[in-house]
Amino acid sequence: MKARWIWLRPSGWSTGWAAEVALAKRLIPCLDVDGGRVVKGVRFEGLRDAGDPVEIARRYDEQGADELAFLDITASHQERDTLLHLVEAVAAQVFIPLTVGGGVRDCADVRRLLNAGADKISINSAAVARPAFIAEAADHFGSQCIVVAIDARRVPGTDAAPRWEIHTHGGRRPTGLDALDWAERMARDGAGELLVTSMDRDGTGLGFDNELNRAIAARVEVPIIASGGVGKLDHLRDGLLVGHADAVLAASIFHFGTHTIPEAKAFMAAAGLEMRLDPVQVEP
Amino acid sequence: MQTLAILDYGMGNLHSMAKALERVAPQARIRITQSAAELRAADRLIFPGQGAMGHCRAELAQRDLLDLLPELAREKPTLGVCLGLQAALDFSEENGGTQGLGLFPGVVQRFPTGLPEAPGLPPIRIPHMGWNRVEPTRPHPLFEGIAPGSRFYFVHSYYAPAGSPEVAAVTHYGLPFAAALGRDGFFAVQFHPEKSQQAGLRLLSNFSRWDGASPASTS
Repeated sequence: MKARWIWLRPSGWSTGWAAEVALAKRLIPCLDVDGGRVVKGVRFEGLRDAGDPVEIARRYDEQGADELAFLDITASHQERDTLLHLVEAVAAQVFIPLTVGGGVRDCADVRRLLNAGADKISINSAAVARPAFIAEAADHFGSQCIVVAIDARRVPGTDAAPRWEIHTHGGRRPTGLDALDWAERMARDGAGELLVTSMDRDGTGLGFDNELNRAIAARVEVPIIASGGVGKLDHLRDGLLVGHADAVLAASIFHFGTHTIPEAKAFMAAAGLEMRLDPVQVEP
Repeated sequence: MQTLAILDYGMGNLHSMAKALERVAPQARIRITQSAAELRAADRLIFPGQGAMGHCRAELAQRDLLDLLPELAREKPTLGVCLGLQAALDFSEENGGTQGLGLFPGVVQRFPTGLPEAPGLPPIRIPHMGWNRVEPTRPHPLFEGIAPGSRFYFVHSYYAPAGSPEVAAVTHYGLPFAAALGRDGFFAVQFHPEKSQQAGLRLLSNFSRWDGASPASTS
């Protein structure tokens, strides 16, 4: 078996993966929610309506989404609480992991969202404002439910040796923090997973910033979710194969009917990636 | 009408479990409780848990559950989930070493850093997070109707070793580990059935009807 792998690797882990690896790569549709509706913008601006969150969540669950992400994208800058009742409504119908984020400021917020039915809580701005929050939350609730969202933008003029800077508040506020150092620190403090969004790519349809994801994946042991920029199925595949992510997150291509979840999964499986295909066949 | 009690000892999110049980056992009373009287009166018991082992033991001790829980697990069908599996072993290496409930033999260990997922592949990520295949090692009523190799959702950094006679299912993540352990009326799973869509709901449905008899206990 070993010899077979050595032979296969130069061609880019194309075939045989499924025979050796059992853990599936994850496909995570993301519901950006604003004012109780699913919306989607370009580079975090210019929002378009994409429908009712509960209805969309149910559809994605039926289609075999591996998890759902539910981000209240305006919560942070408008100082609003995430819409707990929407989380409750989604959680009551969907029996796959649900990550919820947006405006999470302290352990009380985490508690409220978990009680509403979230499984993992995504934290961004509050971690930058008070880095000790991540260690507190991980200690209190366990790393398994603490996701740190890293919104990073390339520092202009660093193309040869790229650097990325952390932004907060839906991408509007630069922080001066280096994204790779920050990722390492957050993982050390107890983040169970990192949700890495390229601000340069989000909503553009140009694909993930795979260089960013690969650089972070090399620095931390925890799983990485690639986010921001998916416009076609190749981008999802490349996020896993080139960007070394463990999960890929996308919004627009599913919301606006460009592709379905089963299409995306079949495409990635055909590229040799281990995927959870049809929802499991269970006898009645 | 049967009562399903979910043990509430301050370790993690119990609402997902309650919702899933409501779905599969709409006739049952679902109680999230830490009251010894309610736990004793229940027909079936769920011992969930997320977080760290040291914290788990402290919370159980604070509620006088360290002796009661093993006693109840011997009396009525009991399902341990995630940390509820790990806490049932003799010992865990987490938090500098934590004594377990001793319902199953063995030591819970952390996945080794740098372990390749398979020969020639990159190292595993820790925690083990996502949908992995579960292979039952023997027939068990809780896996009835679920195809071998079905995927369930996992999230954990520590694991119970495969290899003891109590192992009921195995999963591979760089190494084989116990995805399920069972002895008599106590069954424990490392994955989260309440988050594992159809396969998970089927397992919970099987549990809601299980009388606590298992092939291993009679062989």
